[in-house]
Amino acid sequence: MPLMEHPTAHILFCDLSTGVCRREQQDPSLARQALGGRALAVALLAARPRAVWDAPDGAVVLAPGALAGFDLPGVSFAALAGTNPHTGGVLAVAVPGGLGRALARLGLAAVVVTGRSNTPTALFLDADGVRLLPLGAAAGQGTSAALAALPSHDGALVAGPAARAGSPLAGLWADGLHAVGPGGVALPLAAKNCFAVAARAQGEGPAPADPAALAGARAAMERLVSAAPALAGPCGFGRYGTAALLDLTAGRRMLPTRNFRETAFEAAGQLSAPGLFARLSPRAAGCPGCPTPCRHVTADGGVLPDGDAWSHLTALLGLADPDLAVAAHAACRQAGLFAPGAAALLAGRAEAAGRDLASDALLPALAALVAEGLSVSPSAMAVKGVALPAFDPRGAYGLALSLAVGTSGPDAWGGLCLGHELLRKPVATDRFSFAGKARAVFLGENAAAVAASLGGCPLFGLAVGLEEWALALSAVRGEGVSAAGLAGLGQRTVLVERTINARAGLGVADDDLPERFFAETGSSGEGIVVAPLPREEFLAARAAYYRLRGLNADGRPTTQAVAALESPWPI
Amino acid sequence: MADLTAALARRFAEKLAAAGLTDPGAAVAACLDDRLAFSRPSPHEELLAGLVDRLGVGCVLLAPPAQPHRAILEFLAGSQAPAIRPRDCETRTFFHDIPVIAEPTVEAAAAALSRRKGAYLPGVGILAHGALSPEQAFVTVSSVAFAGFVKFFADFLAANRAGAVDAAYAAAFAAACRTLPPPPTIVPALAKGPFIDRETMLAAMAQAGRATVELGLVDSVFGNISYNLDGVLAISQTGAALDELPGAMDLVPLDGSSCAGLTASSELAAHAALSALDGRKAILHGHPRFAVVMSMDCEDLATCPRRERCHVDCARQRFAGETPIVPGEVGCGPRGLVHTMPPALAANGGRPGVIVCGHGVFTMGANDFGDALAALCAIETSCRARYFAALGIPTETL
Repeated sequence: MPLMEHPTAHILFCDLSTGVCRREQQDPSLARQALGGRALAVALLAARPRAVWDAPDGAVVLAPGALAGFDLPGVSFAALAGTNPHTGGVLAVAVPGGLGRALARLGLAAVVVTGRSNTPTALFLDADGVRLLPLGAAAGQGTSAALAALPSHDGALVAGPAARAGSPLAGLWADGLHAVGPGGVALPLAAKNCFAVAARAQGEGPAPADPAALAGARAAMERLVSAAPALAGPCGFGRYGTAALLDLTAGRRMLPTRNFRETAFEAAGQLSAPGLFARLSPRAAGCPGCPTPCRHVTADGGVLPDGDAWSHLTALLGLADPDLAVAAHAACRQAGLFAPGAAALLAGRAEAAGRDLASDALLPALAALVAEGLSVSPSAMAVKGVALPAFDPRGAYGLALSLAVGTSGPDAWGGLCLGHELLRKPVATDRFSFAGKARAVFLGENAAAVAASLGGCPLFGLAVGLEEWALALSAVRGEGVSAAGLAGLGQRTVLVERTINARAGLGVADDDLPERFFAETGSSGEGIVVAPLPREEFLAARAAYYRLRGLNADGRPTTQAVAALESPWPI
Repeated sequence: MADLTAALARRFAEKLAAAGLTDPGAAVAACLDDRLAFSRPSPHEELLAGLVDRLGVGCVLLAPPAQPHRAILEFLAGSQAPAIRPRDCETRTFFHDIPVIAEPTVEAAAAALSRRKGAYLPGVGILAHGALSPEQAFVTVSSVAFAGFVKFFADFLAANRAGAVDAAYAAAFAAACRTLPPPPTIVPALAKGPFIDRETMLAAMAQAGRATVELGLVDSVFGNISYNLDGVLAISQTGAALDELPGAMDLVPLDGSSCAGLTASSELAAHAALSALDGRKAILHGHPRFAVVMSMDCEDLATCPRRERCHVDCARQRFAGETPIVPGEVGCGPRGLVHTMPPALAANGGRPGVIVCGHGVFTMGANDFGDALAALCAIETSCRARYFAALGIPTETL
């Protein structure tokens, strides 16, 4: 069997205008180009004619990772790709939970959704085929109502009232547990009058070519995850979720505070995740087969905020009330608002008003954001229209570069810089230096794209590397796949995304950070000096990144780089 | 920028020699920033430059191993090709195996290094790459040397018991033994405790860490150390070099009120569990080679149904002299040493030390690191003597 071909994988094309769905064998040449997940989703998107995000002929692609159907730790993700409502370029995000695994176990490599339904609809897939289910009033109610309206499923992706209202802050929720952002990610799907996608796949996953080798790969991944303090350690994400990061960002003086005006929050000590957990005693929940489940559910069914939401609903707003943050997160979850983006917008408004948001104003303000719908203007502290995550870029220079150049907007895990600049994995690097960071971002993005193409959790990039991915893929395919070969796949994936962005007119000006970070100091102290980012060094690092990526000075792929893709489609 | 890159390359080449992993001036580092720089001129420049280019990495180290590692790795490469498969825990967790490069070409070396962090090129040395930093390659070279050492001596003992030592192995063994460094018999004096303030405590930890490395009881980038000061555990950060601890220690409240331990050593949970069981304040963890070798020596190895999993799943109570040997993997997994090591070390009113099978040794001191370091030395010295006694070789002849 040639490399990167899957004999049973099909692509499902669903036209919501006509209600017609057809299942086609995956094109072998496409399978060679992009074996699954993010790589396949963006390749399918790139092969289609350009369309604005809300056009009926615009596509939303859901593609399970190439390994998502197999029993591997932290490997169940799908990728969602579409036209970015903020930029017109690419939107490619990870979808946690069981949907990717279910789609893969239904023998699907991708689902391509086009058209527009007349009525609010859910797309449901199982062994009997595809059904378009009317959601009725549930589409305008909370995400819990939409989820409850679906048949029994193994994985589901749901939009909420914010998407119905057209809010650029609208996010998606996977399995009712995982916020899928950034804000605006729900809009391309909602524009098709589709507010949920769910799948049920009974039975076992596909058979690997070499079961013993797959067991070996699984054991290697499990050992590495167990040995990673940030994942399985007593303070790790498996215990406290990514909210555990707040103590770290506070200690490193890179906690975004009061709309990024400050990088230390005087009340951070009240926000440590263990304190919250001691009060609420949540149970852990997560993706299928995950050994370190990072979501936490309270006795009344509430889902605790992840790190970005936790940080932005507190320090970014100058608020120190953990219970209020949990309540605000619950409100965002029901409304289908992407909480970090919503908090960033409110923080910007508070700064413009010259005062912190009052505690009792937070919940009404979030409700008002949903009502504002389309008229919401994006946060100023954003890149490509997407609010920055909960790490001040002045505190980690590689991270700063990766936030600026992310193809779909700023993604804290997109260049894996958090690993070496904050969490010391695989080695610690100097976080206040751009030296070597262009290469680090280039390699990190490639590795992250590989994981997203195989169905891996982005957080597992702290433990699982290309070597282990290669072991697993080799076992599944029954032939040798090298780490270097996979890195090439990641490189191609990012370049395809860059090509989509270039076609939409995105250039170097879009790969930049807000002026504040280059002009203002952060909150120095405790021996840590938080200076403005050195502009010239940032520009030099970005130029070096462009050279590594095969981009011209405007950030667009060079002719040679595009030719090297050897794409069968006119990319 | 080019000068900085060359200086970086020289720094890591010299660091290999300082760690005793290569002879002075033997290593070559190739580091890439805006252009490629070498630590020194070398006939292998073309190979290294080709690897940097083909692998797309920032650094490649070529480390001709110092003795006894050279004799060990040359023998293992010759007898184990195409890959050396060590059985110690670190290698099982992080490295899988060590490919043996069949010929000194860019193609062959790149093929090996495209799937592994490090490889061995017979007659030339250890090759390792670092995508982000030369430190990654340095760690790999250190790991290859350690893993090779443990495998070589452990396998020899097993082969000797089975009467299966051939002439080549015997010759390599003799060559390696001739160049073994002396055992750590002289324990330096360390700061006296109990330490009552953070500054004094952190200085004492840095001193103990340096001494542990200097005595050869751990390679710089491995092991960990902690001290319980009034319910706050000061512990080395993950990946911190034990001989470069200042600025690389986390202060973790043991009441679980903070996530400050997020960047702490992967053995934080084991240290915390031990603190809960034992009133002693100081914990030291090293990787003394003969203690690890002897932990893997088992007379039932050939017939035990769990022989492939004995490092994590051994059901027998085993000892090296008075020191218990327990199974356990790195970290907090279901077979993590957090479950096995603390009860064993705290048992019987507090033992001096415990060996984790295939991994290393944990020791404790009541108020400072003096007793912990002495116990680490004593266990290694004892295990080394036991090893050669098992072979019928008087240690005074070495």
